[in-house]
Amino acid sequence: MGLDTADDAGVFQLDAETALIQTVDFFTPLVDDPYLFGQIAAANSLSDVYAMGGKPLTAMNIVAFPMCSLDAAVLGEILKGGQEKISEAGAVLVGGHTIDDAEPKYGLSVTGLVHPGKVWANAGARPGDRLILTKPIGTGVLATAMRAEMFADGVQAAITSMAALNKVAAETAGAFSVHACTDITGFGVLGHLFEMAAASGVRIEVDSRALPLLPEATEAAAMGFVPGGAYSNREYLTRVAFRTDVPDPIRDLCFDPQTSGGLVFSLPEEEAAAALAALKNAGLHACALIGRIVGPGRGEIDVY
Amino acid sequence: MSTNTVDARGLTCPQPVIATKKALEAIADGVVTTIVDNLTAKENVVKFAVANGCGASVEEKDGHYYVRITKGAPTEEQRDTAATGEIVYLISKDTLGHGSDELGAVLTKAFFVTLPEVEPLPKSLLFINGGVRLTAQGSPVLDHLKALSERGVELLSCGTCLDYYHLKDKLAVGSVTNMYTILAKLSEAPKAITL
Repeated sequence: MGLDTADDAGVFQLDAETALIQTVDFFTPLVDDPYLFGQIAAANSLSDVYAMGGKPLTAMNIVAFPMCSLDAAVLGEILKGGQEKISEAGAVLVGGHTIDDAEPKYGLSVTGLVHPGKVWANAGARPGDRLILTKPIGTGVLATAMRAEMFADGVQAAITSMAALNKVAAETAGAFSVHACTDITGFGVLGHLFEMAAASGVRIEVDSRALPLLPEATEAAAMGFVPGGAYSNREYLTRVAFRTDVPDPIRDLCFDPQTSGGLVFSLPEEEAAAALAALKNAGLHACALIGRIVGPGRGEIDVY
Repeated sequence: MSTNTVDARGLTCPQPVIATKKALEAIADGVVTTIVDNLTAKENVVKFAVANGCGASVEEKDGHYYVRITKGAPTEEQRDTAATGEIVYLISKDTLGHGSDELGAVLTKAFFVTLPEVEPLPKSLLFINGGVRLTAQGSPVLDHLKALSERGVELLSCGTCLDYYHLKDKLAVGSVTNMYTILAKLSEAPKAITL
């Protein structure tokens, strides 16, 4: 896997049957509850392995913590949340490293396995493919609203969504002909679709009305709880064109940076309906067909 | 009618929105001016105002944004603002027409002297390439553009173009924009005129 197609993790082939997937991610707390923060950070780190089509094998904690000013029990809660997600993923915690730092940070370095012939790269989406997104969007907007102590229902739904692993989504989609896959994180749904489209040399069409949204995300965006990252993403993504009737809050959500977002699969049109049904059956009720690959291109995205 | 100012400079989101919300909740009608120092806060405060049925206009001074929010009965200023229409102008040079540049400069001046007399006023004036000389210090039509800005016409100058002509520090009216916004404004306008 080269560095030029912005893939979610590094892949190193060991032999004809096995390749290693390696990834690392950590960040500062976005929720006050340390246990939930641990869950979210771990789910976010593990997601990169799922986005490459692999299974997590081992994980190592990466921790920064203010040893003097915060109770060690807080760190214990963060690690407990992380451990639960590592176990849920079927992986084993093999170690970690902690440094003393003013602001807490937590995440995982994850090693996974994949068959070299079954790697889900960013490049690989083909004209005619349909796109499936497995989690609703709006975690950035709702995390901003949370700091304003507003939209409590939406915030709760966002936390639940961020703490959920992409394990079931990846395992379910494994039964279908996935041409390309990525997970939706900091660059927002359009940023990561752009990476997929550019790496695949295609043009994408997104149906904004089909995008699964977290409850109250639209209202929160309209109220001005749009994180700075959404504006940076908008600035950076120059190949996105919106049809004029797409409402402003929906546009903001398209650029909203996600934490531990869902997977996007690009797969043949004839398998799309069955894949969607299988994902919903597996309990991923927010799953939706959000767009299609319309033809060759350089990463252009039309949102209608 | 009350007039309040919220100084939200140095605050990060969502604090400017929360401070604006509190100030608006404290008055029945009137004007709240929120001062912010970054684009994210500016856009979010405007969104908040519009979502709550208030009028909002933005003025940029020395890199700070003054978001003037009007709650309740429409003010004189809002009625003026409502007089702007939907026409968007893309202004790509500082002389009008082809032929003599000397004549073109005279025509440009005549154009911006006349533009405020025509109703409805344009919605936006987008300045690109040599057009950005008109919004920078030393522009022969600066006063006319400032008057249009005060009446609610949006003036946006292409940042790349200001850079190219070394005018980024000299922008004297309106704000800086990018190609994304320019294209969005053009494609959303029912009528766009290129000069």
